[in-house]
Amino acid sequence: MDEALLRGLTPVVLAILVRRGADFAAAEDAVQDALVEAVRTWPAEPPRDPKGWLVTVAWRRFLDATRADAARRRREDAVDAEPDAGPASAADDTLRLYFLCAHPSLTPSSAVALTLRAVGGLTTRQIARAYLVPEATMAQRISRAKRTVSGVRLDRPGDVATVLRVLYLVFNEGYSGDVDLAAEAIRLTRQLAARIDHPEAAGLLALMLLHHARRAARTAPDGALVPLAEQDRGRWDTRMIAEGVRVLQAALARDRLGEYQAQAAIASLHADAPTAEETDWVQIVEWYDELVRLTGSPVVRLNRAVAVGEADGPRPGLAALAEVDASLPRHAAVAAYLRERDGDLAAAARLYAEAAHEATNLAERDHLTRQAARLNARRPG
Amino acid sequence: MAKYLLLKHYRGAPDAVNNVPMDRWTPQEISDHIRYMNDFAARLEETGEYVDSQALAPGGEWVRYDGEGRPPVTDGPFAETKDVIAGWMVIDVDGHDRAVELAGELSAAPGAGGRPIHEWLELRPFLTEAPTVTE
Repeated sequence: MDEALLRGLTPVVLAILVRRGADFAAAEDAVQDALVEAVRTWPAEPPRDPKGWLVTVAWRRFLDATRADAARRRREDAVDAEPDAGPASAADDTLRLYFLCAHPSLTPSSAVALTLRAVGGLTTRQIARAYLVPEATMAQRISRAKRTVSGVRLDRPGDVATVLRVLYLVFNEGYSGDVDLAAEAIRLTRQLAARIDHPEAAGLLALMLLHHARRAARTAPDGALVPLAEQDRGRWDTRMIAEGVRVLQAALARDRLGEYQAQAAIASLHADAPTAEETDWVQIVEWYDELVRLTGSPVVRLNRAVAVGEADGPRPGLAALAEVDASLPRHAAVAAYLRERDGDLAAAARLYAEAAHEATNLAERDHLTRQAARLNARRPG
Repeated sequence: MAKYLLLKHYRGAPDAVNNVPMDRWTPQEISDHIRYMNDFAARLEETGEYVDSQALAPGGEWVRYDGEGRPPVTDGPFAETKDVIAGWMVIDVDGHDRAVELAGELSAAPGAGGRPIHEWLELRPFLTEAPTVTE
């Protein structure tokens, strides 16, 4: 039994049922039934057309379940009465699932869970493990999400930006347990970018590849964070970097810049530098200027201050930082870094300790505490 | 088996013997401290006495219902108490003696100068269901 094949086919079959008018939750139940049937019978009689087999069995299950319910019969009649989907159905069915799972009526966390379930074909248990919540909790979250989108008709394409945001969230969740969410996000984004002609989909894929390529170097064996400048660049995945750069360049050539392409451009400049000292900070600042223009985000302004500090020196960096809201997360950490480079070790140590106090994850807190300790150990008293 | 909650405090507990704020340690001392705690948890996992643990951020606030149609009242961070929980660990052990022994071991985590911190840990037994069969 080829599990990867089944996992790949699950969203395809689900999407076809949904396009034919099946309610999302009912379609999912039917597909699960068909998968169970496949696991049971395929080893003895492998079908010539696995997808066709699954669609037929799942659709039959859906109709059976629908017929069993009087209220549902009316809906079935309504579906039957509708005109055929016509040639427009040639548009990729899986794409509809992306839009359905990223529907604006869902909260971001529901959208993420549903995307992993429906498009990614992950089991509820796998998603629960990745998010470190009990399986029952995740099952509830997913079934609530399914109820929310049931009855949504996808007669218009949804907003690509929402889908990209959901995939970005999946990627940022990182990884734990038996499902690597970062790798899963890359797989799904790769599929999406192949299906739609959108520079930002390519930009997001490039961004993920360029970040993911540095993953092995980003943590020490004991789990401690390794800052970019201290990473062993020999451990970066150069093939993945090359792919990210290629995808990005093709996207940039379309001349429709968006925030993901700009972020990917910054990541590619980091990936391109043979050493931290040789990083092209001047160009990175220019990309941050673009990002500020595109998003106006205070977090981007904060990152820009770091880049300015590297390109022009700590004083201009601190001047750029003064323009940023001091209540932002990591503001103190950036201030500490720039103060240290400016030679004010006492202020830097105090700011590192303050930043550690505000850190939201353990690795970051320990890293910042170590920075404060390093400076305090160097100064008398 | 009996479950116990081990509470580590940021502040509010009596002062530790070796009481130096962590940002005054050397980076090596911090690493040693973290390794000691990780090793401790790993060893309890092997003996089957580990249940769960979690570190908590120092920030936090008090929240209280303020009546129908009104937003909850918030206060803090911790205006009314000096006690802040830094993290917890749940252990499942044979009895009180073993729980005290383990808490003592965790309290001996190395701190500044590589010497044990001797920090106070709060040890609280879980309340359990009433037994279905009385002895």
